[in-house]
Amino acid sequence: MTKLASPEKKTFGAKFKELASNQIFIPVAALLLLVLFNLIADPGFFKITLGQNSNGDPVLSGYLITILNNASELVILAIGMTLVTAASGGQDISVGANIAIAGSVILRILCGNQGARPETMQAPIIVAFLAACAVSMLFGAFNGTLVAYFKIQPMVATLILFTAGRSIAAWINNNQLPIISDASFGYFGNFIPGIPVPTPVFIAIACVIVIMLVLKFTTLGLLTQSVGINSHSSRLNGIDPAFVKFITYVILGLCVAVAGLIKVSRISSINYSVIAKDIEMDAILAVALGGNALSGGKFNMWGSILGAYVIQFLTTTLYKFNVASDALPAYKAVVVILLVVMSAPVVREKMGKAMKSAASKKTAKEAK
Amino acid sequence: MAPKIAVKDGRLAKRGGMSDTNLLLTITIVVFLLMYVLAVVVLGAGFRKPQAFFNILNENAALIILSCGMSIVMITGGIDISVGTLTALVCMSCAVHLDYKGGSVFTALLIALGIGVAFGLVQGFLVAYLDIQPFIVSLAGMFFAKGMTTIVNSTQFNVAHEGFQALKAIRVYVPGMGSINKRGIYVPAYVEPGVVIAILVVILLFVLLKWGKLGRSFYAVGGNAASANMLGINVKKTKFLAHLLCSTLAGIGGFVYFMHVGSGSPSHAAGAEMNAIASSIIGGTMLTGGVGNVVGTFFGVLSLNTIKNIVASLGLDEAWWTNITVAAMICLFLVIQSVVLMRKNEKK
Amino acid sequence: MQDSAVLEMRGICKYFPGVKALQNVDFTLRQGEIHALMGENGAGKSTLIKVLTGVYEKDGGEIFIEGHEGAVSIRSPQDAQNAGISTVYQEITLCPNLTVAENMYIGRTKGALTNWKKMNEGAGKLLEALDIPAVPTQQLGSCSIAVQQMVAIARAVDMDCKVLILDEPTSSLDEQEVEKLFKLMRDLKAKGVGIIFVTHFLDQVYEVCDRITVLRDGQLVGEYIIEDLPRVQLVSKMLGKELDDMASIKNDSDAAAVDLGTPVLEAKGLSSAEGIKPFDFNIHKGEVNGFTGLLGSGRSECVRAIFGADKKTGGEVFMDGEKVKIHKPLDAMKHGIGYLPEDRKQDGIVGDLSVRENIILALQVMKGFFKPFSRAQAEAFADEYIKLLEIKTASSDTPIKQLSGGNQQKVILARWLLTNPKYLILDEPTRGIDVGTKIEIQKLVLKLAGEGKSVTFISSEIDEMLRTCSRLMVMRDRKLVGELSGDDLSQTKIMATIAGGEN
Repeated sequence: MTKLASPEKKTFGAKFKELASNQIFIPVAALLLLVLFNLIADPGFFKITLGQNSNGDPVLSGYLITILNNASELVILAIGMTLVTAASGGQDISVGANIAIAGSVILRILCGNQGARPETMQAPIIVAFLAACAVSMLFGAFNGTLVAYFKIQPMVATLILFTAGRSIAAWINNNQLPIISDASFGYFGNFIPGIPVPTPVFIAIACVIVIMLVLKFTTLGLLTQSVGINSHSSRLNGIDPAFVKFITYVILGLCVAVAGLIKVSRISSINYSVIAKDIEMDAILAVALGGNALSGGKFNMWGSILGAYVIQFLTTTLYKFNVASDALPAYKAVVVILLVVMSAPVVREKMGKAMKSAASKKTAKEAK
Repeated sequence: MAPKIAVKDGRLAKRGGMSDTNLLLTITIVVFLLMYVLAVVVLGAGFRKPQAFFNILNENAALIILSCGMSIVMITGGIDISVGTLTALVCMSCAVHLDYKGGSVFTALLIALGIGVAFGLVQGFLVAYLDIQPFIVSLAGMFFAKGMTTIVNSTQFNVAHEGFQALKAIRVYVPGMGSINKRGIYVPAYVEPGVVIAILVVILLFVLLKWGKLGRSFYAVGGNAASANMLGINVKKTKFLAHLLCSTLAGIGGFVYFMHVGSGSPSHAAGAEMNAIASSIIGGTMLTGGVGNVVGTFFGVLSLNTIKNIVASLGLDEAWWTNITVAAMICLFLVIQSVVLMRKNEKK
Repeated sequence: MQDSAVLEMRGICKYFPGVKALQNVDFTLRQGEIHALMGENGAGKSTLIKVLTGVYEKDGGEIFIEGHEGAVSIRSPQDAQNAGISTVYQEITLCPNLTVAENMYIGRTKGALTNWKKMNEGAGKLLEALDIPAVPTQQLGSCSIAVQQMVAIARAVDMDCKVLILDEPTSSLDEQEVEKLFKLMRDLKAKGVGIIFVTHFLDQVYEVCDRITVLRDGQLVGEYIIEDLPRVQLVSKMLGKELDDMASIKNDSDAAAVDLGTPVLEAKGLSSAEGIKPFDFNIHKGEVNGFTGLLGSGRSECVRAIFGADKKTGGEVFMDGEKVKIHKPLDAMKHGIGYLPEDRKQDGIVGDLSVRENIILALQVMKGFFKPFSRAQAEAFADEYIKLLEIKTASSDTPIKQLSGGNQQKVILARWLLTNPKYLILDEPTRGIDVGTKIEIQKLVLKLAGEGKSVTFISSEIDEMLRTCSRLMVMRDRKLVGELSGDDLSQTKIMATIAGGEN
């Protein structure tokens, strides 16, 4: 086999093809398109103002802040979902329901034995959060066990908690809707007094930093990808494929607990049937938009994270243009389809070829 | 269906062994029968009348049709999570067509079919010819149908159209079945027309899957798409047709649902896609493809709803109990299937 | 088109990203001939076949088939079937979830409905005629790989084809089955079918073929009548250089002394869940030994048991005289054992990962979860071994699945060499790869032994075993039936032991 011509002589088509074949291309291009669209439609979209909230604390507001703020839970989930997808070649559809459980656990512990409306929190928030982490990781372990050790397809295995999760969440609080009146509980989902940027933004960034450090300083990335691509080979190279799959579900459980804390903190309460509804779909979409194969194997974490922000950017843009919230899914669907069609390898190959031939025609003309 | 073959000279006395599909089907039917018998014996009253059984059918005719479509897509190794919201869209469109636009029942039916076919064409094309993951495609389909439903009409309303009311009121009596009510009058058991459609669908699809060339292609593609291609099967076309069939069935199922509830609402058939997937799984269809059967799916729907009724008649009618029991049941079936198949493969 | 030609390919070109897989290749197949397509791995044989069968779209050239006006366009396997080309691939390309009969008929019957009765009868007759031990209604997945391959062959020959392509169909068949296949091929030849036969076994080529076309580096070397091309010349044409005499690799290692002290590894009464009867085994420092036996005799299962790849059901393992517990591959690796598995595609490579990641994988796993190699370090390792083993790859970043079989095998070898094992198990390292690489690997084995490593070598080709091993364990029916060394190491003696029967 001989190599093709030296890489210096690249046509525009080849350059484009190389760019387009980069995994990050699609989410970045989508983000740029959305930015461009908003710039043309209304540059005011990008305005950020410093105001004061009802307590007289400084807060930043503007659509960009809203996007960063609201995307937080999605970003956190996308991290775990990417790992689950890579290792097990499937997705966890129970994350929404599990957020309800995590949220419910936090509220239950904060309420203690004081009923649904305690005057003060009955336990430190950190204790409640750690309890939620433990419970979420336990449910993650349940999913992981079914997938890794019983070899059930992920979507099917997680269908169980998808069905039962919200009911379990309601059962934890005896179907009551607790309300926490202590302002400090709201810090995690809103603003910490004196800091003008919403806290979820920081939490999401912290999670991103943590996962990037984990990927850099451990072999988690190599192991999950290796198991996702070929679990037989992985086993013969000393990897325990079942355990790697299992552990990704536990990690996703941890992500769920963090997202759950933000969710309940935002409203200092919970609504079992509405909290984090359909978020599993968005999380999976984030992974796919990031150019990651849903059938597992190689992954790009930045792609998923960007994908999550793109989804929120899209949602916020649509709201801005007064699309009714009920009709929102229809518009979202159209955009999603356009994005995935553009990123489909079949389409890209054809596009790449077309660009190449156009470019070569052009160079031929110039040569004359 | 059990394979029994002895080559003439008896060289191979051993039987072929049960195929995975038939093995899982048998488990499903046995579990359903056990469950129903148990319900009749232990809980009595509510389950003893034939009508109790037929009511499960009446309530779930649409789900049976949706689940059959789902099973077919699952057999080819795909998934379609748009069927639930598609049902809602069909209901709403037909309702608006009948009451606000002065349409007829026949044109309403055409609309239902048209919506199904349109979704099928688009989703099938994207999955088969552009090679986009079915989950993502149907996720978009689900969002689209959900949004379109509220765009068509955002609130729930009951249909008053006369022709439709007449159609909705039709009852098909089941010969030889019935019970004597409190006043001592014999009440024959009945089913709604939707049930007849559902059963026809099951039979037709059973024939298609067992004998149809297309049906066998579904299994081949689900078993190993690359091999199927080498064997001369047009994999893309097969996948396309599977999705087309599934969405068309969702259109029909939507109309059956509409006949049952007689109203349009954005919240109709919420979560039906998950129920359809659950029914298919309980019925022995595997998401990995290549294994499954619509008869199993039929029993899957019955099992799922029998357990719901059992929970309700135990007096545990809080919604969470139903969900938790259903989840437990899916879990049980999955573990049974996984253990059975694992042991079978180990023996080999 | 020439007279009597059933198939003619002219100027076929095919490019993959960064690679010209086929350049201007011509190929002619005549009526009633068996035509061998030969070449090293990566020479373009499989690519040419896949172009012909419509799996790949060609980037240039024309294909002519007897009975079709002008060039035919074959864009899918269905087109190929319709044009009268039927194919058996090296990998099983059947559906495991369907029955044996269905696999034989699906995709090539007329009508919209399946006639199960007729199909099962037809399949039954065919199975019987070809003496394949399977039942038509059996699920294919429950058959052994060899039977599945025979079913694929049965399907292909039952089609009324003009061209039959056999792409390395014999690698999973035992001798008797190969004989059956050859008889079949000769029958079809008599009927005027043109057969393209791809194989790595030179014996088989000279047994059945009439003509040979040789490819090298994606280009045509030439077409020869078999009588005009002796083996040595064929091999040198494939390699593109005069062949070092194979004998030159004959055991120089006799000189390299085997340390006969405490064995590096000793197994007593080892048995595994894969049905291996308890066996004893040992290997010394600097020794090369091997397991031999027919396919399915349990030679792979033995080494898998030693490596902990299959569940162990009994027995003890000692390393350097100390008892060790090996429950899983990682345990074995930590004790300095490396294992190159038999099935490269399924158990060896991690397809989408780069060559670099594939090379460092085993060492990385041993090093630990919290100690990943830096990019530079991994790069250095990869480059070192790519150079050392002459792995042909565009870069260390290339996904391993894009490499040819022989180069993939070298990457797996590099993976284990990098872990610097005391004891290396090579299970069929030479299967399905070209002659040149085969010789390289055999030389490498002897070199490793010379460096004081112990190697267990398994190969289906007894020649190779004789050349490299100083001691052979012979397996039959999952049982260790003999151990040969010294003067007993001869083809006839081995054959006799494999066949059994004391007289």
